[in-house]
Amino acid sequence: MTEQLNPITARDTCEIIADAITSEKTLEIMGAGSRRSIGRPMETDHILSTSALNGISLYEPDELVLRAGPGTTMTHLQSELAQNGQMLAFEPPDYGPLLGAPLNLGTLGGVVAGNLAGPRRIKVGAARDHFLGVEAVSGRGEIFRSGGRVVKNVTGYDLCKLMAGSWGTLGVMTDITVKVMPAPEKTRTLLVNCPNLSVALSVMTAALSSPHDVSAAAWLPQSIVSKSAVSYVASSGAALAALRLEGISRSVEERCRSLREDLASFGDLEELHSHNSLNFWREVRDVRAFIDFGDRDALWKISVAPAEAQALLNKLHAVADMDAFLDWGGGLIWAQVSGMDDGGSSIIRRTMGAEGGHATLIRGSIKQRALEPVFHPELPAVARLTERIKDAFDPKRILNPGRMFEGV
Amino acid sequence: MRMPEPNNGVLSRRTEIVSDLRRILPAECVIAEEEELRAYECDGLTAYRQLPLIVVLPETTEQVSDVLQYCYGEGIKIVPRGAGTSLSGGALPLADGITLGLGKFNRILEVDYKNRCVRAQTGVTNLAITNAVNGEGFYYAPDPSSQIACSIGGNVAENSGGVHCLKYGLTTNNLLGIEMVLMDGEIVRLGGKYLDAGGYDLMGIVTGSEGLLGVITEVTVRILRSPSTARAILIGFPSSQSAGTCVADIIGAGIIPAGMEMMDQPAIHAAEAFVKVGYPLEADALLIVELDGPSVEVDELILRVEAIARKNGAQSIRISESENERNDFWAGRKAAFPAVGRISPDYYCMDGTIPRNRLSEVLDRMSDFSEDFGLRVANVFHAGDGNLHPLILYDANSPGELEKAEQFGAEILKLCVEVGGVLTGEHGVGVEKRDLMGEMFTEVDLNQQQRVKCAFDPTQQLNPGKVFPTLHRCAELGRVHIHSQQTRFPDLPRF
Ligand SMILES: Cc1cc2nc3c(=O)[nH]c(=O)nc-3n(C[C@H](O)[C@H](O)[C@H](O)COP(=O)(O)OP(=O)(O)OC[C@H]3O[C@@H](n4cnc5c(N)ncnc54)[C@H](O)[C@@H]3O)c2cc1C
Repeated sequence: MTEQLNPITARDTCEIIADAITSEKTLEIMGAGSRRSIGRPMETDHILSTSALNGISLYEPDELVLRAGPGTTMTHLQSELAQNGQMLAFEPPDYGPLLGAPLNLGTLGGVVAGNLAGPRRIKVGAARDHFLGVEAVSGRGEIFRSGGRVVKNVTGYDLCKLMAGSWGTLGVMTDITVKVMPAPEKTRTLLVNCPNLSVALSVMTAALSSPHDVSAAAWLPQSIVSKSAVSYVASSGAALAALRLEGISRSVEERCRSLREDLASFGDLEELHSHNSLNFWREVRDVRAFIDFGDRDALWKISVAPAEAQALLNKLHAVADMDAFLDWGGGLIWAQVSGMDDGGSSIIRRTMGAEGGHATLIRGSIKQRALEPVFHPELPAVARLTERIKDAFDPKRILNPGRMFEGV
Repeated sequence: MRMPEPNNGVLSRRTEIVSDLRRILPAECVIAEEEELRAYECDGLTAYRQLPLIVVLPETTEQVSDVLQYCYGEGIKIVPRGAGTSLSGGALPLADGITLGLGKFNRILEVDYKNRCVRAQTGVTNLAITNAVNGEGFYYAPDPSSQIACSIGGNVAENSGGVHCLKYGLTTNNLLGIEMVLMDGEIVRLGGKYLDAGGYDLMGIVTGSEGLLGVITEVTVRILRSPSTARAILIGFPSSQSAGTCVADIIGAGIIPAGMEMMDQPAIHAAEAFVKVGYPLEADALLIVELDGPSVEVDELILRVEAIARKNGAQSIRISESENERNDFWAGRKAAFPAVGRISPDYYCMDGTIPRNRLSEVLDRMSDFSEDFGLRVANVFHAGDGNLHPLILYDANSPGELEKAEQFGAEILKLCVEVGGVLTGEHGVGVEKRDLMGEMFTEVDLNQQQRVKCAFDPTQQLNPGKVFPTLHRCAELGRVHIHSQQTRFPDLPRF
């Protein structure tokens, strides 16, 4: 029978893994389980939950540093930060509703393990860029540490980079130190009427190449605009490019004015002020447009060079029943493909090739996730390195075996 | 400095190896004459010197691959070298190793404004990237003080920072893609013009790996639009304590300056004597805070910083009113190393990072050490991110002083670790801090790092003797040891 183990210390975690090695059992590593359905389906002997490894053990606002257990919920963490006017700048998304789980369930460990990031990715980076230090237990049953609590650190290899985005396949993180940043005083969003994707890409490129310090740039086609809970957006009835400005009040106003001038020739412009702005970007961040999900739907997160987004979308539209929107100035495509047995995997992968970016199946049927590569297939030379890295951390294939790639 | 035992077999085959390499590479790309090898005997850490066995200067990725494949087969060690400005001995040659210089990889391959990135060969200097795009109003953000000389590939190998990394990040936060060659000659491309890796973040682990994982041949970096305005404020404080509190208060007020640098009194005096820009000589600590962005924002933040400085007892405050004045404020800080070089025959630059709120304690302990060792020290400090650069003044011609300076430096770094900081913030471990790694890491931690090394370079031929105090064989590290625990947790279920 599958047991769920809830270690409360790194030592406990270490013992559980040591036992798993000796008894040749595999473990599913789980936080709160809100993103459990991402990855290839696994059948493990037991579940190791990090939910009891929780709590903030260090938070020094003036030092911009916070350390917490991986099981600490994002809700708790973010409310502590908000009390000091701070935030995790990479805008960790909440994919709960998108994946059929409740809101506000996710943990810090899950956010870091998936190397997630929201719309501000283009300006400040992803979880990996804010991840200063880690304590983890490897699949060898050993507790190791890397990094520290300071931003400037090149002492030894940066194992945090490997832990971020490894989806629990290399080690169980038991303590996480992150950089925190001041939250902006004011947020404003400029909406540009852009029915046509190529105009939208020009708008986003112009905005991101301007000195106005744009912190997010997205494009939503009309089908998605109409689903917005921000009535101002939904009622606009047209495809929109959205550009976000953040910072101190006077600066935001000034930059908004300049950006309006710069973009006036592209189309009609509207502004979203604080509250609507926050809600709008939360929808983009959490991919709310695609929470309704049919049996034959597959949802893809595709990272590409911004200038290549349009060609890729055109090719996909030509062969698939698909709805999509862009974030990261065109560098991130969220695409929901309907009615294809493979969820569109082969056409997406064929079009992108191995080096044109990466596409991850964020939501799909068990069958799709079992038969199609969920994470972007790697070229042989890279795949060999991936396998050897797995050997370095988890040679017995105990931790989340096969979640990312077969045999890893 | 203890280095791996040279392989006599390789040493004795030198002539043969030279002629093999001349078959693989154009003849002028292989350097074997002693006078010419001299130029490569050290990097920026000049206290350690060693003539390399041979130097090769390949011109293409394929040539790098051919050389590595050959050396892999012959069991010959390789030391990658960019511009040789490393301050930690990362590019220090090995007696039985080939130094592989990347100086001929000096072309910018592509400037792509649509995707806001530049693709460049590895030997292109950091500043050349900014120079290639600043006509269009863009720049490459990480700006090490060595930017006119250091190579972009070297920056990746060291994960270099600069005075602007508080706001704009280090190399790792601005890197999109690399091409590199593994020790067996395999060419690997990681990342590209898009964000984040799909699988493991291999590029992230290669960044800062000090030439131990692969030879980087090409780099793709993000470029940013230059801010429309930058202004600096120069603040003198009666004590480093009040300067330190001022820094904390600025950040506590939600302001992230583009740069925030501190100098102590010896550094202020040395710099002022050198550049004469009007630094306040009576100040015990000097703070330079730079704000950048749209002018309304900069003007407002300058006022906020000024108010915070006054509250913390600033003795003198100057705000730059022109680009010239701003550059003057920086001139002293930027010239701090050569300025200190004028007041002492030699100096030894350290590079620890500490939590900022431990600054005054660390400075106090440092002046105690200074008395104990009988050597002066001047401090420049990336105050925003806690990265200290104590410059220990000594005279190499005076017997025993170099050793004393090194001991003093080691004590400072141990102190950094003791207060919760790290051994090196941006200069790397190299050979210099290799034997101090045990101060920060356990055997288990270091073994785990070495297993990553083994994943890329199982025969450990790439830059051995750097970073790790002890070299374990990869086969030995690969074994799984179950550590049976004495105290079992009885309430945990067993399988
Ligand atoms: C005056 C001065 C000021 C400095 N200021 C700063 C500063 O502000 N911030 C900062 O971070 N550093 C600073 N440095 C340190 C140094 O400039 C950086 O570490 C720089 O990135 C080294 O680049 P390089 O091309 O000179 O590399 P090298 O010194 O040639 O090599 C450094 C290391 O990288 C490896 N390496 C080099 N190229 C490659 C490659 N293509 N592939 C694989 N491995 C490679 C080498 O093996 C070696 O281990 C300064 C140095 C000096 C002399």
